[in-house]
Amino acid sequence: MNGAHDLGGKQGFGPIDPEPESGEPLFHADWERRVFALTLATGMLGQWNLDESRFARERQHPVDYLRHSYYENWLAGVEKLLQEKGLLDLDPAMLSRLTVPDAASAEKILFSGGPTLMADVNPPQFSPGDRVRVTRRRESGHTRMPTYVQGAEGRIETHYGSHVFPDANTRGERRGEHLYSVSFSGEQLWGAGAEVDLVFVDLWEPYLQVLA
Amino acid sequence: MSHDHDHEHTEPPGELELRVKALESLLVEKGLVNPQTLNTIIETYEHRVGPRNGAQVVARAWSDDEFRTALLEDGAATVATLGFTGRQGEHLTVVENTPAVHNLVVCTLCSCYPWTLLGLPPVWYKSAPYRARAVSEPRSVLAEFGTRLADDTEIRVWDSTSEMRYLVLPMRPEGTAGWSLEDLQQLVTRNSMIGVEQIATPDQRAAERAP
Repeated sequence: MNGAHDLGGKQGFGPIDPEPESGEPLFHADWERRVFALTLATGMLGQWNLDESRFARERQHPVDYLRHSYYENWLAGVEKLLQEKGLLDLDPAMLSRLTVPDAASAEKILFSGGPTLMADVNPPQFSPGDRVRVTRRRESGHTRMPTYVQGAEGRIETHYGSHVFPDANTRGERRGEHLYSVSFSGEQLWGAGAEVDLVFVDLWEPYLQVLA
Repeated sequence: MSHDHDHEHTEPPGELELRVKALESLLVEKGLVNPQTLNTIIETYEHRVGPRNGAQVVARAWSDDEFRTALLEDGAATVATLGFTGRQGEHLTVVENTPAVHNLVVCTLCSCYPWTLLGLPPVWYKSAPYRARAVSEPRSVLAEFGTRLADDTEIRVWDSTSEMRYLVLPMRPEGTAGWSLEDLQQLVTRNSMIGVEQIATPDQRAAERAP
């Protein structure tokens, strides 16, 4: 979906006004720290994946998404997932079937991570150097195809192998699709005199078509 | 449009504090989260995983050509040899700044960031202005960080839309020949590894500190 999270190239947000790097706190309030930890800890229950987690934040009303601070969006996301998955209404028998990680297993999960590389099912359709066009789509589901590259012409730079395809993973279907680093000229995206020479975007094969 | 920062990083309303407390109490009471696990998660990102990891990688790449070559070829496997593995660092591409090419990293769709090397992202990296503008007007963005590049420097922006994470290998500043790994690490800023700034030379640093 092209919700408020799909920010690339949008105008009118004003300056960035970054805090200086030295002395910037990791969290700016204790509730942010708690939301961060609760999101990771509940994610470890294995009831949803990373793409569902992103989609839960994106599915808010665009006005809410933009009005909320970062961790408010995380809070909205985790509340939605807990509710939708019915985790707060589980009876004791169901609850006892969940594995709730203790501190040691959580630490193991944090330091081992969860790779998304999958075995190839089909050979890749594109090779480095190929010219491609990004498809245009107006799906309401989760996607990692930003609006600002849709319809644009790009060049395949690198084939990263088959990675879990977010659009399907959000629906609980874990399957791999070929993932590429695709470059776009500044002029292609923003017109003549663009401030950028090349923008590299990671795109899955179903997002791309051969440039005729 | 007015530029209101209050929603970015000031004290939240008490209502929000209460909402989070209520959620945490409920989850603990139901047995869905272990309080010790919460502490471990917080402790990990407040004290163990952060930009000093990335600084170690950069200093090593500046000092060891073989390591640098390996890092640019297979980022994740190479930083794993220094013990940097885990969440949000499973797949890694390192891009190298040179006098001719400057790289900048963003995540326009959310906040993807190489946690294993840089820890959790700063507020500005997750903010709407940075996510909106980094891909379309990076020179103006860089200028806001005090970074001015030559007109003929090629700018490459990396939008982290997959689980591939990107780290910028900044240029080694002049005047640091023969420095130890430890001394080099001290020079490496987090912002230089995102690509919003270049690393100051020792002379420039001294001049900045002077009254």
